[in-house]
Amino acid sequence: MLEKIYKAQKVMDEACGALGRQINIMEVCGTHTVSIFRNGIRSTLPKQLKLLSGPGCPVCVTGQSYIDTVLQLAERDDVLIATYGDMIRVPGRGGSLETRQPGANVKIVLSSEDALQLAKDNPEKTVVFVAVGFETTAPATAVVVKEAVENGIDNFCILSGHKLVVPAMRALVSEKNHNIDGFLCPGHVSVIIGYGSYAEIVQRFSRPCVVAGFEPLQIIEGLSEICRQLAAGKAELKSVYAAVVTEQGNTTAQEIIAECFEAVDGYWRGLGKIEKSTLKLKDKYSRFDALKRFDITKTLSEDTSGCRCGEVLCGLIEPPECSLFAKNCTPEAPIGPCMVSSEGACAAWFRYGQKKAVNNEVNQT
Amino acid sequence: MCLAIPARIVELEGDKAVVDAMGNRWRARTTLLPEAKLGDLVLIHAGFAISLVDEEEAKETWQLLREIDDSDQTQEKLSG
Repeated sequence: MLEKIYKAQKVMDEACGALGRQINIMEVCGTHTVSIFRNGIRSTLPKQLKLLSGPGCPVCVTGQSYIDTVLQLAERDDVLIATYGDMIRVPGRGGSLETRQPGANVKIVLSSEDALQLAKDNPEKTVVFVAVGFETTAPATAVVVKEAVENGIDNFCILSGHKLVVPAMRALVSEKNHNIDGFLCPGHVSVIIGYGSYAEIVQRFSRPCVVAGFEPLQIIEGLSEICRQLAAGKAELKSVYAAVVTEQGNTTAQEIIAECFEAVDGYWRGLGKIEKSTLKLKDKYSRFDALKRFDITKTLSEDTSGCRCGEVLCGLIEPPECSLFAKNCTPEAPIGPCMVSSEGACAAWFRYGQKKAVNNEVNQT
Repeated sequence: MCLAIPARIVELEGDKAVVDAMGNRWRARTTLLPEAKLGDLVLIHAGFAISLVDEEEAKETWQLLREIDDSDQTQEKLSG
């Protein structure tokens, strides 16, 4: 294993030397961000290689208005909110599900199936499933929507906040002043969509896209592969996570997503509106769409004053550059979404990178 | 959130499975992986099997999860 690490480091060193400039690689996925910090990977990389933490934490990119809609629904006596645990502490306007609705009408579930079961067990209530996540969780939502139809479970609906990874990557590299040289692509999202899905980013934008798993060696090998391509002036599609990621992905999951959902323009916190980036239930399933069932059309403004999560998600700044970081905004009392989720870039920096940030400050003074 | 856990299918009826990882057992579905069979190692995400996985990959991930668990406990002890 050490031999592989040395080999990867040599490739990175040589690439940085050959290019003679800073290389910026974005790790798209929040689980990568956490693994990179937990394993101290940043400190092992060449100085000229900078990692940018991208928008791959579904909680972090969920818009304020979505959270506010959930909070609004949670106030109704006839509703039970079923949510993944990650969402419970995300701040909306004036509170989170945890602080605003500590009562019995918010239930944490581990799967979409649990949410459907909750509807079966509580026929007098309407269960609203807070359906967030990327292509990994979207098919699980689609399965239970279809089952609700087949079994006539009418007291169930979903508030879809599902998002697609590739449109966000496309939006980032379409920005004029972006500084992303290559992408370390998410492991488990790629299990579903297949590494072939990144072809557009490679071909149209000439950015290497390499899929890696979450073990430190895989991450280092992924980064090394991106450096190798950059030094050779190439952009290629590759997976160093061959054990589970194929080029075409899980076609059963893709088919069920396509059957239930359509891609529409959607709002990403920090990144704004991104074309065809959010999944909405198709019209034939519209009675399971919470927005339609509760006739919700109001959209609220999206700003959070002083919070710079948007710039963090675009890779433009690192969390300690935000004036709220570690002062007004901490994992115990988060302001921005990147601090709420344990997979958020700010939370990972707070937990694992604090010392480094403090050291930097000391060195600068 | 997008972290999937490798687990072995120890019971299977239709698409309803019981899976086992490191001695922990829980219910999961194979709806998205119709080819999954009893005894297979699969990646489970949010209650659904999404891919087959080989023994070596599963063992590496379990080892990683053990380390995370240990380091979390150490951190809690330190901060508590």
